[in-house]
This record gives sequence, structure tokens and C-alpha cells, in this order.
Amino acid sequence: MTIKSEPFVVNVGPQHPSTHGVFRLRLTLDGEKIIDADMVMGYLHRSMEKLAEERTYTQNIPFTDRTDYVASMTGNLAYVMAVEKLMGIEVPERAQFLRTIMAELQRIASHSMALGIFANDCGAWQTPVMHMFRDREKILDLFEMACGARLTLNYMRIGGVSRDIPDEWIPQAQKLMEDLPKRFAEYEDLLLHNEIIVARARGVGVLTPEQAMAHSVSGPMLRGSGVAWDVRKADPYAAYDKIDFDIAVGTNGDVYDRFVVRLAEMRQSLHIIEQALEVMPGGPVHERLGTATVQPGGQSIAPLAFRPPVGEAYARIESPRGELGYYIVSDGGPSPFRFHIRAPSFINLTPLKLMAIGATVADAIVILGSVDFVVGEVDR
Amino acid sequence: MPILLRGEWYDLRDLANPVRELIDGLGLVSEVDYVLWSLIASLAILTWLVLSVLAFIWIERRVVARMQNRKGPNRVGPAGLLQPVADALKLLLKEAITTRGADRLLFWLGPVIIFIPTIVVFAVVPFGESMVLADLNVGVLFMIAVAGIMTPAVFLAGWSSNNKYAMLAAMRTIAMLISYEIIQVLALLAAVIFIGSMNLQTIVSWQDEYNTWLIFIMPLALVAYLVAGAVEINRSPMDISEAESELAAGYHTEYGGIKFGFFYQAEYLAGFAIAASATTLFFGGWTLWGLEEWIPGWLIFLGKLYAVFFVYIWSRGTLPRLRIDQLMTFAWKFMLPLMILNVLLVAAEVVIWEETGASRNVALPAIGAVNAALAAVLVIGWARFLGHGSGRGRGYSATLTREVGKIYYTGAEAS
Repeated sequence: MTIKSEPFVVNVGPQHPSTHGVFRLRLTLDGEKIIDADMVMGYLHRSMEKLAEERTYTQNIPFTDRTDYVASMTGNLAYVMAVEKLMGIEVPERAQFLRTIMAELQRIASHSMALGIFANDCGAWQTPVMHMFRDREKILDLFEMACGARLTLNYMRIGGVSRDIPDEWIPQAQKLMEDLPKRFAEYEDLLLHNEIIVARARGVGVLTPEQAMAHSVSGPMLRGSGVAWDVRKADPYAAYDKIDFDIAVGTNGDVYDRFVVRLAEMRQSLHIIEQALEVMPGGPVHERLGTATVQPGGQSIAPLAFRPPVGEAYARIESPRGELGYYIVSDGGPSPFRFHIRAPSFINLTPLKLMAIGATVADAIVILGSVDFVVGEVDR
Repeated sequence: MPILLRGEWYDLRDLANPVRELIDGLGLVSEVDYVLWSLIASLAILTWLVLSVLAFIWIERRVVARMQNRKGPNRVGPAGLLQPVADALKLLLKEAITTRGADRLLFWLGPVIIFIPTIVVFAVVPFGESMVLADLNVGVLFMIAVAGIMTPAVFLAGWSSNNKYAMLAAMRTIAMLISYEIIQVLALLAAVIFIGSMNLQTIVSWQDEYNTWLIFIMPLALVAYLVAGAVEINRSPMDISEAESELAAGYHTEYGGIKFGFFYQAEYLAGFAIAASATTLFFGGWTLWGLEEWIPGWLIFLGKLYAVFFVYIWSRGTLPRLRIDQLMTFAWKFMLPLMILNVLLVAAEVVIWEETGASRNVALPAIGAVNAALAAVLVIGWARFLGHGSGRGRGYSATLTREVGKIYYTGAEAS
């Protein structure tokens, strides 16, 4: 006797605890097994790329905070790098180091959140997330000291950073650097070496390197699949060429490896920050451009409007989610003619169908968590 | 001396005494007596249950908050103590919505049916020396049978609400509860075989008389019982039918207001029921090695019950959730053979004890030691045999490299 069954369509989202925002996943199920998966995006579309064409180059910086709102430092960085490339600005060395330090702090904050939310998706009822938030909070405190904001930072400026760090910043950062390794060891022990997490994550959502590259996947997902590709090494920017660090790669390409890579990257980030704090030179943190004025107290203000030469520029960085690129075309006017974001969250989601088919509903949630996407960046 | 108080109405070590005194004083016919007695006892149990649930809503939230570096509810009343009351009031005042497309009758029946068995179970639980509402000689069987009613209730709720998450959760619940009920029954069966009675009061007095608790004699059965209990009351790592991160709120996704309140309460009540039976069967019930002469037995019982329930709160604040197939594999491949072996082992031990006629001071420690050792060997050995714990289940760290563009992929292993 054969049991007749018919497919069963379940909408995960746009209102769902595990879609990390307003993202919709349309699953076609046969029992618990997924036979088809469709992504429906656009619930958080704010047409940033079009809006940016109406604003001046400096006014666009706050937009970059709001694409990937979990890692706004790196969003800022990629954008200002693109404009600097367009205008051919040399950034002072201290600013380069500050950018590196901030980007790495942001990476730790973002990855720890990814790790916590992943545990939450696995069903560890909020506890890991809360512990991760404890670390993230310390990093946000540092950001607050440096630029006054905690989430939408708006710290980078075209030609440097908005202001220098205060004197008490470095001791506090060093104290955090001393605390974090203990925490990381704890997370490795309690989360990544947890029998249930291992059972849930290993062999799930496998992406071979060929598939990953074919889908243009980047970041920890690509490295989880075993491809040693990191923009920080492959195309160094800021101060990464002056710093010694390793690329973390996985070997199996499953959900587990993505998080193993993230944890190893958090450790590497610490390593990078420690070195950067040691060798960071003094000096200005902002290049004077055009009519820029340096106010007393070292705070420099870039002119609100300036006209870069006609041309185009693409700058890419390794954001916590992958290769984040900004492509800007200038027609010589005060605002960009074309403004495009290569959003790693969006591109990393493309192989979701490939990973989800054949898995169960519970797996799909874990796979979705392992992509570590931010809906603000997916929809822009 | 407490001994002198025995049987007097002011002997509060056993709350049955004042009640008996009161009813006897009224001088009613025995039928009325019987009804009155049951009413008072039921009312007492109900009151205790409601108060306990309210207390544990607060305790759970505070305790889990501490585990999560938070403070938990601390705004309503001193230290947030009135939070459960505020929650209950809110649930009562909210409109009880029935979704369009739901089966109205079954949708309404779900929360009612789930509520009944969780309370009825306490009829056979001995709270003290004579504090038991119905001293059934098949108490264990009654407990299992009544708890089984929860399964259809959960399914009713999930199926009738015409919601896909709820439906999936309902299907999961059925599969899960059926599997784990077998384990639960086998765990209790071992205890019943060893003691030779299904009467819970007898089980308690046996443990008192032989001066041991069954946890020392059959630890494996207790662990299995608590795991199966976690499945029954939807506690992590077995909260698959609620599975917040997957199925929104599982089978009660569509319930709001006091209907949801019923599910919420039933979850706690079922937890207390599991803790109560574990306390009675494995932790000596209301006895505490003679201390029950001084401390009221019901206080001892409640202390043990809350301690067992705390384990569930703890696991909820700590563990991630298993996947449904892993949970089923765990039940059928891992726990079921172990529990069958456990029953056979205990039965053999009972026979050997009777045949040899060894004194209890020799037999009980020997049996306890053998069972504990065998439990450890069996659990580890069987896990190894099934391929766990041999490195595959363990975590590892990432490979570090500097060679940009090199591929380290070795092929994913099947899980």
C-alpha cells in the first residue's frame, strides 16, 4: 500500500521568530521534508540606491549605516573607500589603523551575534544570545566612546574618520581584549562543542566549493566551504597589509563549519586589533579635502558637498558577512550618478534553495541562521 | 515531643488530621462525609496547584533571567512578584479569538481537555502519610493513563486551529509522545516490579521501610523517566512541538487570551505531575529518613517536587533543541532497548533476591551498585555501538591558512 501525500506549503515569515527581520521563505513540504524553497524578498526595501542619487556624497554615509545595521562600521568603510578611490584621496595612516580596528571590533560584535542567534535557532532559548550580547555591548561601548553612537555609527568620513579616539579608549579596548579570549573559549566549549549543536549542524546545508563559487558566495560561508578567500588578504585595504593574520577555513562546507570559521575569525580579529593598537602611529585622522575645516579638538568636518571627477569606482572590503562592495559612478555632479551596493547578505542567500531542498524544516531554520544575513542589506 | 501530637487536629504534619477532625465533628452520614472529604481535598489540591503555577511562573522567569545575565521581571510588585498575577489578568481580559476556518468546537475543547488530566493526576499522589485523595491500588497505571489524554488534546488544538505551524507541531507531538510514552511506562514498570505494588502510597512506605530511594537502585530508569517527562511537557531539549524558532508557538500558535493561558498553565501542571511522580517513585515521596516525624511530610514532598521541577527549568535555560528525527532515533534506537534491558534486569534481580533470601542490608546495596555500574556501561557502550562518542559527535576548530585561493574542502560527511 502506498500512502498518498500532497505537498504542503508553509510560509516562514515575513513575521516569524527565525527570519531575523522581515524575510519570507516559502517552503513546500512533504511531511517534514522540504521539496521546494522560494525566497520572497523586498519587505524592507527602502530604495536606498535610488535615494543616494539625490544626496551628496557625504550625506550618503548615514545610508550605509542602515543597510547592514548589525555591522554599520564596515558599511561606512566600504562606501568611503569607494568615494576616496573615485577622488584619489590618500587617507592618513592613523585613520587607516583606526578603520582597521573599528572594522575588526565590528566583526567580533557581528559574529558573536551570529553565533548567539544561531544557537537560538537551534532552540537554546535565548541564553547564548544574551551572553553574546554581553560582549557585543562592551564593543558598542567602545564605539560610543569613539563616535557617540552605538548602532548607526556614521564614523567613517571621506578622507578619514570623523574624529580621533579619546585617551581612555585604548586602555578600555585593551581590557576587553584581555577578557574576550576567555569568553571565546567558553563559547567554543559550550556551543560549538555541544553534542546537540554538533548533531544539528554537522552535515546540514552542505555547499561544495564549486557551488559556493558558482553562486558568488563570499565571507564565512565561502570559507566554511573550504575556499581560502578573504578580501583582507587578497586585496588588502586600510592597514591590513601591515598586519599579520590568518584566514580561517572549514573543510566540510556545512552549517557547523561556517560557525567554526566565524569563531576562528573572532580570534583572528582580536589578534589584528592587538597588533593595530601597538603599531598605530599618531597624526591626523582626516585628510583635508576641498574646503574642509579642522575644528578645535581635532574634529574635522568634510565639506557637505563636493564634486568628484567624472568616472566610476568600485571598492570592496571583507565585511562580517562577506565581500561588501560599493560601486559609484560620478557624472561630475555633487551626488552620485549611480550608486550600487554589492550586498553579501543578498548574494549569500542565493544558494539557499540548493541547501534547503531535502532537509527538514528544523534544518532550514538552522541553514537560514548560518547564512547570517541582515534583511536591511538584503533588501536595501 | 512530636510523637505525642499524633492524630490530634493540631498535628499539622499531616493536613488530613484537621480535616478529619472537622468532618467527624459534623456527624454526617458516611456518604455526605465521603463527598465533603473529596471536595475539601480537591479544593486544597487545586488551590495549591494554582498558587504553585503562579509562583513558578515568577521563579522560572527570574531563574532563567539569572542564567541569561538579565534581571527578569522586577517592575510589578516587590521584586516583580506580582508579575504572574498581572500576566493572568491580562490573559483573562484579552479577547479569546477563534480564527476563521478553525473547527470551533474542537478549538475550544483543546485547552479544556489538556487542562483536565494534568490536574486529575494529583488525585493519586500522596502528599503525606494520609494525604492522598484517592488511594488507588493501581495508582501508577492511573497516572500513566490520565497523562496519555494530553496527547489527543495537543493534537486537537493543533489540528483544529487550521494553521500550518500548529498542524506540523501536532503531527510532531503525536509521533513524539507515542514514542516516549513507551519509555516512560517501561521506566515506571521497572520500579513497580521491584517494589511489587502499583499503589503510590505503598511505594513510598516501601522506600521508607527499606531506608533507600529507588534512584539509588535504578538510576537509569529515573533518567529515562525525566527525559520522557521533558518530552511530555515540552521542555528543551525536547520542546519540538513548541519549537519557537521553527514553528512560531507550535500547536498553540492560534490561541490567545485565556485559552492560551490554559495551555500555559497546563504546561506547568504537567511539569508538576511529572515531578510529583518522579518524587514519589524515585525520591521517597514525603519521607526523608525519619525527618518526616518533625518536618511535615507535605513540606518534604513539595521541596522534592520543586527540586525535580527545577531541573526542567535549568535544562530550558541551557540546552538547544534536537531535531524531530534525532529525537525519535534517540527514543527507539537508544532508550527503548536500554529500558527493556532495565526491566529484565530488575525482574531478574527481584527473583534472585527472593531465591537467595539475602538480607536487605546486603541485597539493596549490591543491586544498587550492579545497576549503577551496568547503567554506565550500557549507556556508554550502546552509544559507542550506535556510532556516537567516537569522535564523530565532537566539535573541531577551523583550519588556519595564508594561502589565498587554496581550497581545503574535503567533502562533507553524512550525519
